[in-house]
Amino acid sequence: MKNGRLPLKRRAYSGFLMGLIGLSAAIAVGLIVGLIGYVFYRGLGHISWEFLSTARSALRGTIGILPNILFTLFLIITTLAIVLPIGIGAAIYLNEYATSRRLVRIIEFATETLAGIPSIIYALVGVLLFIQGLGLRVSILAGALTLSILSLPTIVRTTQEALRTVPVSYREGAFALGATKWYMIRTIILPSSLDGIVTGVILAVGRMVGESAALLFTAGTGYFLVTNYFEALHASGGTLSVMLFVYATEHGNFDVSFAIASILIFIVLLLNFGVKLVKRKLRRI
Amino acid sequence: MIEMNIICAKKLCLYYRDFQALKDIDLDVPAREITALIGPSGCGKSTFLRTLNRMNDLIQGVKITGEVTYHGENIYAGQVDVTALRKSIGMVFQKPNPFPMSIYDNVAYGPKLHDNLSKAELNDLVERSLRGAALWDEVKDRLKKSALSLSGGQQQRLCIARALSVSPDVLLMDEPTSALDPASTMKIEELMGHLKQDYTVVIVTHNMQQAARISDRTAFFLTGDLVESGKTDEIFSMPKDKRTEDYITGRFG
Repeated sequence: MKNGRLPLKRRAYSGFLMGLIGLSAAIAVGLIVGLIGYVFYRGLGHISWEFLSTARSALRGTIGILPNILFTLFLIITTLAIVLPIGIGAAIYLNEYATSRRLVRIIEFATETLAGIPSIIYALVGVLLFIQGLGLRVSILAGALTLSILSLPTIVRTTQEALRTVPVSYREGAFALGATKWYMIRTIILPSSLDGIVTGVILAVGRMVGESAALLFTAGTGYFLVTNYFEALHASGGTLSVMLFVYATEHGNFDVSFAIASILIFIVLLLNFGVKLVKRKLRRI
Repeated sequence: MIEMNIICAKKLCLYYRDFQALKDIDLDVPAREITALIGPSGCGKSTFLRTLNRMNDLIQGVKITGEVTYHGENIYAGQVDVTALRKSIGMVFQKPNPFPMSIYDNVAYGPKLHDNLSKAELNDLVERSLRGAALWDEVKDRLKKSALSLSGGQQQRLCIARALSVSPDVLLMDEPTSALDPASTMKIEELMGHLKQDYTVVIVTHNMQQAARISDRTAFFLTGDLVESGKTDEIFSMPKDKRTEDYITGRFG
């Protein structure tokens, strides 16, 4: 080209495309920022120390979400206690021990499918299996069991991905020194995939925090303050997300819903920062 | 009495599913010498090396017939303790593969696995192993630093130190210098000259000059066959087989 410039037509076309791409980006970012901004705008004003540190009182007509914060915490702890050993164990088995490639492929396909199933279906399973089948009450325990099934595929998948990032050469190096398989897994594979595993777990916790459909009928909507963990296991307890839904639909109290929503967004933000921190701190030395 | 051949392969065949990668290999490895395995890519030399410490066990679909004896015992017999075997027959790989931990922990990994040593004994062993791999002087001030911060050549010597740390008898080296620059290669070749005073070394190499420089005996592999083996100077000066001659004179491969 004479003076190193593209012909006008091509410049116009490329400018037009650039404009379109910029517009798409602006819409995507604008929606997210707008949404978070609106939730905070409607919700932040209703968060007070009393709101965070008391239970709902019908007598005084005040609303507090301390029980629900605790229920959310208890539910996540219980779920992790159930799902982490099973999920990480299954991933280790599938990646390191299983010898039938065909079987592994079938299981992987199944977990992938399960990870994509709407959570309301897990609620149905939870009600049928744990409440009607095992005779559990609508409680944190029943909710945690349901949530365990729901998050198991994700934990298995993310752990497998993390294990796969460990180079074969590390395994060979350990074997060549006479390490047994389990010793090698414990000393090489798990430490060097820890950041990936923890990241997966934190993201799974994020999903648990946001889950409502699977918990509404299994963990319930209780709002009485229970500070003892073991009592809480058998108590009906509404998590923050469930209560957001309950306050909005049953009470028409959108102020409280938006306040809870603000807190949820804040928690998810914190979790995502946690992921970044883990990635940096646990990076292989 | 010193036994002459520490490892003997007899009628060794190896199959990857339907593909036969090694055909009736008979090869003796004399103690305290360097045996070089040469041949073009895909000839089976690395596969053969990995049969000697049963690293092929890790690959699915591998079937082995014939036998490999180590100190007269067949390592493919049922009751062999693979862990103990791999402790005695160490291995260094083509690409340096230090573990993602400190220099010290890399060398201490094997001893911790096999023996219950005191801190002082362990420190001592780590130092001896690093000295054995001619790396001590370069890393003695930064043993707690990540092994991945070392240069490629240093990493490979660290892997040699790691292999030495469990006091093996035999060192298997799978093209240990092919990923390294000439200066690092020279250091490792020099190191191998020292190592053979205490260890039996079997090395796979692509580089015929390297085989000629460092080895006492050479075995030439071609498409799964062991074509010829013998003293290195004889193989390189008057090969008996036409194919060996063609290969070492650079006519193919």
